[in-house]
Amino acid sequence: MKYEVVMGLETHAELDTESKLFCGCSTKFGSEPNTQTCPVCLGLPGVLPVMNKKAFEHSLKAALSLSCEISEFTNFDRKSYYYPDLPKNYQTSQNYFNIGNNGYVDIVVKGKEKRIDIHNVHLEEEAGKLVHPETSGANYSLVDFNRAGVPLLEIVTQPDMRSVEEVESYMQTLRNILLYIGVSDCKMQEGSLRFEASISLREEGSNVLGNRVEIKNLNSMKAVLKVIAYEISRQSSLLDKGEDVLMETRLWDDVDSVSRRMRSKEEAHDYRYFPEPDLVPVWIDQEWIDETRTTIPELPVSKRQRFVNEYTISDYDAGILTDDKLLADYFEECVGLSQDSPKELSNWIINDVLRELNERKTNVQDFIVSPKMLVDLVKIKPAIGSSIAKDVFVEMINTGKTAPSIVKEKSLTQMGDVSELNDIVAKVIDENPKAAEDYGKGKKSALTFLIGQTMKVTKGKANPKILTEIFKEKLSAGSK
Amino acid sequence: MDISVKEIEHIADLSRITLTVDEKNTFAKQLTNILGYIEKLNELDTDEVQPMAYATFLKNVFREDKLKSSFSRQEILELSPSSANGFFKVPKVIE
Ligand SMILES: [Zn+2]
Repeated sequence: MKYEVVMGLETHAELDTESKLFCGCSTKFGSEPNTQTCPVCLGLPGVLPVMNKKAFEHSLKAALSLSCEISEFTNFDRKSYYYPDLPKNYQTSQNYFNIGNNGYVDIVVKGKEKRIDIHNVHLEEEAGKLVHPETSGANYSLVDFNRAGVPLLEIVTQPDMRSVEEVESYMQTLRNILLYIGVSDCKMQEGSLRFEASISLREEGSNVLGNRVEIKNLNSMKAVLKVIAYEISRQSSLLDKGEDVLMETRLWDDVDSVSRRMRSKEEAHDYRYFPEPDLVPVWIDQEWIDETRTTIPELPVSKRQRFVNEYTISDYDAGILTDDKLLADYFEECVGLSQDSPKELSNWIINDVLRELNERKTNVQDFIVSPKMLVDLVKIKPAIGSSIAKDVFVEMINTGKTAPSIVKEKSLTQMGDVSELNDIVAKVIDENPKAAEDYGKGKKSALTFLIGQTMKVTKGKANPKILTEIFKEKLSAGSK
Repeated sequence: MDISVKEIEHIADLSRITLTVDEKNTFAKQLTNILGYIEKLNELDTDEVQPMAYATFLKNVFREDKLKSSFSRQEILELSPSSANGFFKVPKVIE
């Protein structure tokens, strides 16, 4: 049978702040266990939490960037449950009056735009971290509360996604927005960005939703994509056999790449939400919203559109450039220095700069070739030819020198003036019609001969690489 | 509104407390009485009244995002029944 898959996603993003949500403890990642704790984040009796203004403003900024309706009145609620990573036995979260509701994110899949609706955006606190000792037979677990109380933004979509590609595009678009507006570093390896997915199948064409399976513990985008494939195959084989898919919560096991049912007792949640009496409510007026709006930079979707219009580069290329704000800034800085070649600059960045960044596992901010250096290379390129330009680019990365100084040092422009060489090459071809003809017939050595002849004329001053290019171009043009 | 023994068991379970059979019966009766008493409030028309969750009229109380020193780890771990290598030690949690 053919099924349609219906998916929604909950995203947790740790917000970028110096201190925790309700106390002055540091949010720094990777410190010694329990060195960033105090009576407030440990939930000792009698303490009073006070809201971190920056965390709240980050949430408001995110909600606006996701086109949410902003609640005039918001407050915080206690979500009660027992788990050793939760020191207070409740999580301070939002349930009745979220900061943002009814937003959306526009994604592009296979060139088609689709709108994913956001159900709500709310602010809550992070839990601690459980460590399970490796020693077999150990009858204990260890808890580190350094993360407990770190501000956490939760973004909940409607079940609007219908394919793996849509989910992937949504995750990338969302991550990109959060990075652009600077509210989270989104480092998945540090747990700053995590997901929970809900996945159900229904017969194609049906309007009735199938039983929904919730999957927790998805710590990377890759895990989300894997679990979708896994659940589609698991659920469709159940349905094919005429069995029911149980409405349940499952945990993703990234090591074995399987989802496992959580014990029913663990999922029997009854959170008994009620307003947090230790925190006062927050009223958000229009002035605050307008003020926050001015701090939101141009977002990836509009930047991409503007690059296409302003620089006449393809939508695909604009997509790559705007996928990373720093890369987009790098490109714009280049274009600012040399307005006449945006297309060529974009090609250099997408092909050469990105390749080097990936190979060197660095980011464009720390890249040795500055926008000015790249622009200088592109400017000098006509004099040295594109294949030498590529060599010069590598040399720039290795030495940190500029293109003009490398070209000068290595005398790459000796007789590198293409028009001058063009004339000489034309003359050599005229004088050696036989060799030219042989080359046209596929005799490779004829080219070596012709280059040798040119070298004689130029007394060895011509650059063989440039010569080869000119010859190839002329001879292939001539043979047509 | 009658509170059943089953509901008492559910609440006890959520609160991680163990009750004897006698206690369950007692609490079921007592809670039924208390809720019945409160039920009287439902006779009032509250359609035009906003829910009030807070006893004060304070709003928008924030602190700046500034670091304050945390407590010493040793001091904090000493408050717990068991610790090891800088961690709190708890009964094994099955993932
Ligand atoms: Zn603290």
